[in-house]
Amino acid sequence: MTLTAAERMKIPRQNMREQPPAERVKNFKEVPFGYTEDEAVEEAKRCIACKAPQCMTGCPVEIDIPKFIQQIANRDFERAIETVKKTNLLPAVCGRVCPQETQCEIKCILGKKHKPVAIGNLERFIADYERNKLGAKIPQIASKSGRRVAVVGAGPAGLTVAGDLAKMGHSVTVFEALHRLGGVLMYGIPEFRLPKEILEFEAKFLEKLGVEFKVNAVIGMQYSLDELFEQGFEAIFLGTGAGLPYFMNIPGENFNGVYSANEYLTRSNLMGAYEFPKSDTPIAQSKNVAVVGGGNVAMDAARTAKRLGAENVYIIYRRSEQEMPARLAEVHHAKEEGIIFNILMNPTRFIGDKNGWLTKVECIKMELGEPDNSGRRRPVPVKGSEFMIDIDCAVIAIGNGPNPLVPRTTPDLETNKWGNIIANPETQKTSKKGVFAGGDIVLGAATVILAMGEGRRAAKAIDDYLKTGNW
Amino acid sequence: MNRIVRRNQLSDNVVELVVASPVIARKRKPGQFIILRTHADKAERIPLTIADADSNAGTITLVFQVVGKSTAELSDLKEGDSIHDLAGPLGKPTHVENFGSVVCIGGGIGIAPLHPIAQAMKSAGNRVTSILGARTKNLLIMQEHMKKASDEVIVVTDDGSAGDQGFVTTALEKLISSGEKVDMVVAIGPSIMMKMVCKVTKQHDIRTVVSLNTIMVDGTGMCGCCRVSVDGTTQFVCVDGPEFDGHKVDFEEMMQRQSTYLDQEKKSYEIYKHGCGDNCTCNRK
Repeated sequence: MTLTAAERMKIPRQNMREQPPAERVKNFKEVPFGYTEDEAVEEAKRCIACKAPQCMTGCPVEIDIPKFIQQIANRDFERAIETVKKTNLLPAVCGRVCPQETQCEIKCILGKKHKPVAIGNLERFIADYERNKLGAKIPQIASKSGRRVAVVGAGPAGLTVAGDLAKMGHSVTVFEALHRLGGVLMYGIPEFRLPKEILEFEAKFLEKLGVEFKVNAVIGMQYSLDELFEQGFEAIFLGTGAGLPYFMNIPGENFNGVYSANEYLTRSNLMGAYEFPKSDTPIAQSKNVAVVGGGNVAMDAARTAKRLGAENVYIIYRRSEQEMPARLAEVHHAKEEGIIFNILMNPTRFIGDKNGWLTKVECIKMELGEPDNSGRRRPVPVKGSEFMIDIDCAVIAIGNGPNPLVPRTTPDLETNKWGNIIANPETQKTSKKGVFAGGDIVLGAATVILAMGEGRRAAKAIDDYLKTGNW
Repeated sequence: MNRIVRRNQLSDNVVELVVASPVIARKRKPGQFIILRTHADKAERIPLTIADADSNAGTITLVFQVVGKSTAELSDLKEGDSIHDLAGPLGKPTHVENFGSVVCIGGGIGIAPLHPIAQAMKSAGNRVTSILGARTKNLLIMQEHMKKASDEVIVVTDDGSAGDQGFVTTALEKLISSGEKVDMVVAIGPSIMMKMVCKVTKQHDIRTVVSLNTIMVDGTGMCGCCRVSVDGTTQFVCVDGPEFDGHKVDFEEMMQRQSTYLDQEKKSYEIYKHGCGDNCTCNRK
């Protein structure tokens, strides 16, 4: 039975059922439940298979979106996941954390009059279906080339490079500084958005492609890049991420109870502090938490604080809600969970007691002035509008700089004034022969999928370099 | 990997582990540290400074004091057991050159990280005088090691049970007033000791390096938990240190930050010592 385009457009976009807010703030389990098979098929039927699909152009890793959606509509789930995995080995991750609403779904023609096809939800569905029902199938791998590539950092960029190069037949070793794989997906994104079990399943899948993982391997300290070359690696990809938290440089920022978002989230996500004392890493047990910033990381920190038992959790953001870089879905989830949005405000100092514990934050009201370099209206402090909020924990989520360990120990690697590694945007080649870089270490703090896109480009360029020797 | 080849009980609650770790043994320099986790599930990351290394045997030596659950678990490991995760070397190495006369001051467990620095200072041609302090005699560790690494060793204990009675600062003052030329001081020990040493050396305008043991999580610059104020700017002990100019460190703030999790650490240790597991509902929990 084939449906006409008009009939397809009449099908409403399928919502994912999720844990109700009052319940989910008491646990760290994933919020949405995902589609059932029938819901997925129904959603897939909404795709009108338009003649010139634009959705793919919005995808940094160029998934053949119309094809896999068609396959889901035909209940050919096995082929659908093959289609996705041809260009994306982390579909369960991307289905959950990609900003589809600004990438693929924004291009969907249905979006002009109706809601766009829920491409992200379908990607998530098909990845979960494979993991739960089919078991991961090993894709075709080119014959062994005998060439060795080192990948530094097991985050989204590094995992993508490793998977692509392994499929091309190269021998890949991934060096990860922490004790678990995933980089920011592991330490940064909370369990309730991306269950760690799912992440590890997708990361470990690369082992089946022949990728070797070395955890606790801090490149720059344990081995320099030149030592990796001496060990027989012919190319190196650096995906070391934006792992150096920015602070605000305001008074009182070192009081007990003030965290960087990286620390707060690492304690909770990587170290499992939300299970303390079952896990050994503690985290502040706070009543009133202020999270400074308006991005996804700020939302993650605020929602984590709520789940850790805080009564009042405030987002403090210096612009208006319109300028917030966080995904709408994240803001929506945070509001549902009772996070209080204090917009057009900026902290000016933290106040503590005589034992060094945080007790208050002083904020100043802001108003929007002329547009700045980012095109957003510049927030300007309103003179004399300072006021206090009682808090016992603050989380600074205003961004991260590049991790310094590799650049600091590799003098012939060019960096920009912020310390990001300079890489050719088409080939990801750096100033050092044989060394490629991508993801947040190049881009500054960006998104998972952009890092993966850079990884894909780098893998192609590395393959080319190994074959031709041209630099 | 990371097999414990030797375990020595240095005092009641101080343990020395010699661990097979060939790469770190070869790469480490004085002043650097490692981060370890004792077991796979839910263990925390703990930083420990490397007390010694043998690049031929491929081993590093770790010396630690049992102060809570994680160090108690580490202490429970036996020869032949493996440390689950071991990452390093981390941190910047000690700046070593021939300064002339260097006084190395170690307090309690701080003597362990001081040892490789004294060794390096001596091989760089310095005259090394070491002042070792502890509360009482059986808490004094690595005296023989330090004798080998120093030209002279002065021992002090709070209760006078070994060496002179007094603090390391008393011994330092005495040394300075005896007219001995001191070009540089390296002090490692409890924060309060390092603070007091810096107070003395500042009066005499003697350059002083301290090695800080702040709380860390990742140890690679990623989280900022270990931050300290040095000369009014925020520095990360894990990647900018662990050694800093002691005269510029805000010790008060650092000591406050070190106390952040005392209550929780105590609770975790109590449950561990009690030994009835996570689901225990008895009153002691």
